Amino acid sequence: MLSLLMILLSSAVTNNILLTNYLGLCSFLSVSREIKTSVGLGAAVAFVMSVTATLNWVVYYKILVPFGLEYLSYIVFIMVIAAFVQITEMILERFSEHLYNALGIFLPLITVNCAIMGASLFMIIRKYSLLHTLFYGLGSGLGWMFAILLMAGIRQKMVRSRVPRGLAGAGITLIIAGCMALAFIGFNGMIPV
Amino acid sequence: MNAVFLHITIFTALACGLALFMIIADFFIGDYGQAVITVNNSKKLEVEAGSTLLSVLKGQKIFIPSACGGRGSCGLCKVKIISGAGDYLATELPWISADEKKSGIRLSCQVKVRRNLEIEIPESLFNIHEYRARVESIRNLTYDIKEIKISLPEEEQINFKAGQFMQIETPVYELTAQPVYRAYSIASSPGQKNSVEFEIRLVPGGICTTYIHKHLKIGDTVTLNGPYGDFFVRPGQKKIIFIAGGSGMAPIKSMLADMVLQKNTRQAVYFFGARTQKDLFLTDEIRTYENRLAFRFIPALSSPEPGWKGESGLITEVVDRYIQNGPEYEAYLCGSPGMINACVSVLVKKGVSEKEIYFDKFG
Repeated sequence: MLSLLMILLSSAVTNNILLTNYLGLCSFLSVSREIKTSVGLGAAVAFVMSVTATLNWVVYYKILVPFGLEYLSYIVFIMVIAAFVQITEMILERFSEHLYNALGIFLPLITVNCAIMGASLFMIIRKYSLLHTLFYGLGSGLGWMFAILLMAGIRQKMVRSRVPRGLAGAGITLIIAGCMALAFIGFNGMIPV
Repeated sequence: MNAVFLHITIFTALACGLALFMIIADFFIGDYGQAVITVNNSKKLEVEAGSTLLSVLKGQKIFIPSACGGRGSCGLCKVKIISGAGDYLATELPWISADEKKSGIRLSCQVKVRRNLEIEIPESLFNIHEYRARVESIRNLTYDIKEIKISLPEEEQINFKAGQFMQIETPVYELTAQPVYRAYSIASSPGQKNSVEFEIRLVPGGICTTYIHKHLKIGDTVTLNGPYGDFFVRPGQKKIIFIAGGSGMAPIKSMLADMVLQKNTRQAVYFFGARTQKDLFLTDEIRTYENRLAFRFIPALSSPEPGWKGESGLITEVVDRYIQNGPEYEAYLCGSPGMINACVSVLVKKGVSEKEIYFDKFG
């Protein structure tokens, strides 16, 4: 039980998938302009990440390993993620227009988000169990949401600051992300992985 | 060998399984059933729900202008939705002003049809269609003006007001690397609904006119869309002045044919300006309207050869001679910008109200 909590916290904070592995950067840069849209995207990432990591665990250990197909894991994971995102989008659109407007329009962006793929690959390397994987996926997703929310907050405050023209937009955002990553390293050692 | 076969089978099964799952999901979840779109409070369209309003309307042969093809990047496909659209999407907001938001203007390529909708679109859009049609005949009217008759597919019809124009597509050929559209006035009568005629003058170096004059053959298929434009005869009682030059003949000819159809009894006079006798065309056909309408046709040549019995001089001078009491008239002009500007000032000088001078300038 303790190990589950540990995985959740470490993946969300000390080993934040965005700030320590720098995964999922493209949507992080492009959508972090407003807090409201960041919440939507972050929540969608957290949801998709926890479900797809778990699904991929099942696919990997129950189908790929028994047949010695581990070398196909990349392409199979991508297929599973794409199919899951598509179906989620369909379900949201059909049954909850409100949720679809808030989250659903971000789903197509997530299909190709490397953080989602990264979580599925890390859980294999780290030899997590099914339950561990669920918590790891959830933790990583929440961590990603946390990071994009922080960035959106900073960027909203920055609207009025004078950024050198060459750095405006993605440039300054990457620098800020770097500073945030440094700060997050400070959490290291608080929770061992 | 066996292992390779097994791996391929398992991988294929996995991929097919996922695909099958998605197809089944799409079949049950993606099926929104039918919806009714009420257009302008009158027309009811029964449609398959589930896709965007833009594509649903296109399926119903209502063409909302759109340049980007529904990706939400041009902002042209605006439609007023009265009810049934749901909230604004993040993808629409960059294109919608505060005023438009208040009146319910939406991007039709982003709004999905999920339930019954009530929408409002300009009446003229109903009429705009794209046609793939066949060139029926081509004939020379003068040395540089050809008349092209285009037959629409049998089951299709066109409804237009006399004086409106259509856009004809020029496909890729030696002068252009991508299809281009140019506008040409319809010369035929609005009563003729299964075909349209154009009078097209060869512009040296012009992409479309060169194509039409040098490459287009009888039996070819052309793509055209329309009708567009607000150059048409307004209702009223005033006497009408028509003035045209060159292929500006086309919309005026259509208007005259329409006046016969409408049994219009208004007095009308038509000044047609040309340089020499070989620039004149369809003179006899236009003259026949003098028997069918309260109409007079006055062709005028600016450089007449000896033996010309009609009017001579610049078209502005001829108009100046004939029109006495300006306020009795309204005027319809079609031709080159230079000719139109000169004629407008003469007409205004004669007392025709500037608001009642309508024209179609060749761009």
